[in-house]
Amino acid sequence: MKTFIISGLLVLISFAGAWAGDEIPTVLSNKEAIGLVQAHADYVWTLVAAALVFFMQAGFAMVEAGFTRAKNAINIMMKNLMDFSMGSLAFWAVGFGLMFGVSKTGWFGTSGFFLSDFTPGGDPWVLAFWMFQVVFAATAATIVSGAMAERTKFSGYLIYSVLVSALIYPIFGSWAWGSLYKGGGWLENLGFIDFAGSTVVHSVGGWAALAGAIVLGPRLGKYTKEGKVKPILGHNIPLAALGVFILWLGWFGFNPGSTTAANKDIAMIFVNTNLAAAAGCVLAMFTSWMKFGKPEVGMSLNGALAGLVAITSPCATVTPASAIIIGAAAGVIVVLAVLFFDKIRVDDPVGAISVHGVCGAWGTLAAGIFNIGGTTMKILGVQVLGIAACFLWVFPTAFVMFKLIDLTIGLRVSPEEELEGLDFTEHGGNAYPDFDISHSGSMGSVAPAVARSEAVAGKMVRKTVEQT
Amino acid sequence: MKKIEAIIKPFKLDDVKEALNKIGVTGMTINEVKGFGRQRGHKEIYRGAEYQVDFIPKIKIDVVVNSSLSDQVVDAISKSANTGKIGDGKIFVLPVGEAIRIRTGETGGSAI
Repeated sequence: MKTFIISGLLVLISFAGAWAGDEIPTVLSNKEAIGLVQAHADYVWTLVAAALVFFMQAGFAMVEAGFTRAKNAINIMMKNLMDFSMGSLAFWAVGFGLMFGVSKTGWFGTSGFFLSDFTPGGDPWVLAFWMFQVVFAATAATIVSGAMAERTKFSGYLIYSVLVSALIYPIFGSWAWGSLYKGGGWLENLGFIDFAGSTVVHSVGGWAALAGAIVLGPRLGKYTKEGKVKPILGHNIPLAALGVFILWLGWFGFNPGSTTAANKDIAMIFVNTNLAAAAGCVLAMFTSWMKFGKPEVGMSLNGALAGLVAITSPCATVTPASAIIIGAAAGVIVVLAVLFFDKIRVDDPVGAISVHGVCGAWGTLAAGIFNIGGTTMKILGVQVLGIAACFLWVFPTAFVMFKLIDLTIGLRVSPEEELEGLDFTEHGGNAYPDFDISHSGSMGSVAPAVARSEAVAGKMVRKTVEQT
Repeated sequence: MKKIEAIIKPFKLDDVKEALNKIGVTGMTINEVKGFGRQRGHKEIYRGAEYQVDFIPKIKIDVVVNSSLSDQVVDAISKSANTGKIGDGKIFVLPVGEAIRIRTGETGGSAI
């Protein structure tokens, strides 16, 4: 809001400056003034979009909390909070430089650490750009939280959280997006299309989530000895639904904001984003209806997210009709993927691997297939190469990282702690104390009150006695 | 004195309460309970996996009345809680040894 007002004022001041400074506006001074207005609008749009993407953290937190049990709700909140907080610091110190610093090799950047590209009085664009990029880094990081929910040791998770924001995400990011600032990556040089990050953000998060879920193993009681799935119910479906609506809203910053410029392109990106989400949601609902006999809410919610993830890469380079096809396919894919991962006993409580990993890959391929300027085998080849490069970089790196965490400080809580719930064992708290039989407010609060009033009365009696 | 315990469908609570008020029952205690009978619960779906819900939510009403009113209470509950479908619930009638009103110390019928 503050930025908004300040930028608004700057726009006004620049107008005033143009009028007051040059008594007779010339073509040149007008051109400068117009350029300044455009620059300010770019700042405003980029930062407003960053705020929308930041709000997605709340969406992730609600989706994950809703799809998991009440005894782990504090743990989910803490993980989401720390993904953003620790991730911001890690991305400031290391990540941004690796991703957007000068890259001689095309494999990682080597300048701009600790935001050193900003000097007081210098061009503040790097700050706006950093802010927009840090919320993206945090999105990739927080995707993993859901897949590893209800059984991960908090201290182990914190180490993951720093490493993904400082190393795993930025290094892949530099391959595809480095040239958005000072860098330049081998993948983008080949013509890889990933406008807002189906692969760069979502598949990175999704494949790291897959590695984490595999290293951790399933939650106690999720699969029976006969190999059947025993569902562990989420404790608050309305909360999960609220999270999906928040994410949907946040995506209007994620995709259209990726222009980092206030221009007319954002209209089509907005529409594509919305249509893909809607189509994903509808198709996931019908798929669940056909497969399970009822329109299932969890799958429908995942379907909206699947559509959003899939359109993230192609949102600027496909027609609205294509966006519907891309989203609809994602809605079917996500249901099948959730069932598939359950079948191979990878326990992902919220469907993060299916939504972000699988549909991220689909969206990236779709950007090639449905490219508005036509497609060629070369375009498709580069898209497939990008998808594969992402998996081959993220999955093994994350797998080794989780294994190392597991061998050193431990990645999973003990079975006793898992059964007791992480809220109590990891954080010493209870997310919903008053939903149990309450011990406060019954005898405890009445008795002392009576005692107090009697004591007061006693004092008054003594006083009157003393006075008389 | 008799205690009538009735396990009913939750959405029938208001109807049962009204019916009991009409025949002069002045108090009752209710509990949210879960259980199953011959139908053995039902099946639900979560994220594509079916699971059995054994314990279905019900409301348990406890009413203590003078023995003379007992049959009327059973009749009122039977009629007001009936939907004709599986899971309408059960009524149990138990003898009560004594009743005491805590505030005044009254006992027996006048304590109900």
